[in-house]
Amino acid sequence: MAGGAHGTGGLTFDKSKRAWPNELNILFALILIVAIFEGLGQVLPYMRQQSFLFDSNGRFDSIFNEARLRIIILQVSIIGIIALGVTQVIITAGIDLSSGSVVGATAMIAMSFAQTSLVNGHPNPKAIFGEWAMDLPVLIPVLVGLGCGLIAGFINGALIAYTRIPPFIATLGMMVSARGVAKWWSRGNPISFPTEDFAWIGSGMMPVIWFMMLAVLFHFIMRYTVYGKHTYAIGSNQDAARMSGINVDRHRILVYSIAGILASFAAIILSSKNLTAQSGMGIMYELDAIAMAVIGGVSLTGGRGSIIGTVLGALIFGVIISGFTYLRLDAFYQEMVKGGIIVAAVVLDQWRQRRAGSKG
Amino acid sequence: MSDDIILETRDLTKHYGGVHALEGANFTLRKGEHVAIMGDNGAGKSTFVRQITGVEQRTRGEIFFEGKPVHFAGPLDAREAGIETVFQTLALADDLDVPDNIFLGREMTRWDWLGPFRLLNYKGMRDATLAGLEKTAVKIPNINNAIRNMSGGQRQCVAIARTASFHSRLTIMDEPTAALGVQETAQVENIVRTLKEVGEPLILISHNMRQVFDLVDRIVVFRRGRICANLKKEETDGQDVVAYITGAKTQPEYAETAA
Repeated sequence: MAGGAHGTGGLTFDKSKRAWPNELNILFALILIVAIFEGLGQVLPYMRQQSFLFDSNGRFDSIFNEARLRIIILQVSIIGIIALGVTQVIITAGIDLSSGSVVGATAMIAMSFAQTSLVNGHPNPKAIFGEWAMDLPVLIPVLVGLGCGLIAGFINGALIAYTRIPPFIATLGMMVSARGVAKWWSRGNPISFPTEDFAWIGSGMMPVIWFMMLAVLFHFIMRYTVYGKHTYAIGSNQDAARMSGINVDRHRILVYSIAGILASFAAIILSSKNLTAQSGMGIMYELDAIAMAVIGGVSLTGGRGSIIGTVLGALIFGVIISGFTYLRLDAFYQEMVKGGIIVAAVVLDQWRQRRAGSKG
Repeated sequence: MSDDIILETRDLTKHYGGVHALEGANFTLRKGEHVAIMGDNGAGKSTFVRQITGVEQRTRGEIFFEGKPVHFAGPLDAREAGIETVFQTLALADDLDVPDNIFLGREMTRWDWLGPFRLLNYKGMRDATLAGLEKTAVKIPNINNAIRNMSGGQRQCVAIARTASFHSRLTIMDEPTAALGVQETAQVENIVRTLKEVGEPLILISHNMRQVFDLVDRIVVFRRGRICANLKKEETDGQDVVAYITGAKTQPEYAETAA
């Protein structure tokens, strides 16, 4: 080791010696999966050599099949936003099962304050409240919606921090209760016809823009702020974090609250995109979000993982769904394989950790 | 009370339910003094430390730090008052690197108005870590390595470097060399000697008789939750200390309580 001991007893800071980031492995996995679909498209006889990734209509102004790429990212954006919050929760060695139900409850409640009074000149047929709740400025349903997520997340965090029940149980309770709220809010009726401003939030490619902006924001927060550092510290060694003077209880409440807010923002985008809210919205979203995080290398034992990993995990998720559609395989197979990929991601991660551990 | 007393406990007591882990401990530590706490497993040594550092709340008794009665709500309080502790369980976050661990809970930050989202000053912490470790001559191949990938000795050195990196008014080490090899133990003992030279007081919990006689001025022996002896190093020897630890002997002034 040349010049290894410059007066610091062999202690060095060497950028080149940084460990191989796990995110690169996930990126390679993503590329590999795309390549497999591309290859299958070329090989399978019934595909008639269509391309998965590239433009196959012979247009001269595009290389890639942009429509497919758009769909891939659009369909994972909303659950991806939930996954950003779930990532933080899992890094603290917790879990959030409530996000799907929080999506349902928030969509119903937010939409009921986002309705427009006149639909094609007629009174809104799906009106849930009177005139006073119609045509409100878009900020009101958004803030009400985010408030729902904040409350749900805060309750999750407070239960975990102060009653010491496992996160699995606390958020399972919230999962069931929030779904109840979603159904109770309008007695199970869908709520529809939002104002134009509200409809803009989830229109077109807006979900992708929100997802990317939030991903950048939370990447920055997790990497460069005290909040991020303490989140990793708590998941890494809760006792150490406590002894170091970190207020672990308060921090956990903050993490679950942020996860709740992100889930409710996903609900606002989803209901805006669909122009309606139904009490069944978001069912199973929590599991998809957890799967995205886990595929992206977030360790369920806490302390390891990153926002970049989760974004890549979300893309892998989208590529697989899109790839199966492209190969014209039934949705049953999609689900079967999705399950297998989640398990494989965890097995691979543990294998990688064991290998790294034995080396040190 | 004289001015040169750094730490004093009076009737310090801790019960865990029906278990009397610590009973009526009266203890004083003077400026610049290095004191060892010895005793069998379960004698109350670690319990004693946990009460002083605010990790647990005492059942009864008083603690005076630099002449003032203190009630630390948590370890951060104690740390802010100037008490640095190396815990037996190390208290390191495995997935974080060396500067992260040294500054855990008291990060150098910028833009503090952002509250919990204030920015970390990575460069400042890295420089301070290198400077802090320089004086302890600790060998760690790469400080940006996660603690997970380090040996037991390296981990211990990081934990001790954490206390040495900050100007503390009292350092407490709970069995700092129990899991270390010969060379690493020597490194840790060097750090302790450095503290002695600069006049920082120390409480050292150790089972290592040789080390205790090498490093400290005074030995306090715990037995079954009570202090049973307070010995000047010059007036005792290993056999004598063992007699107190095992219960063959008890100093007359503690005879009543430590029976």
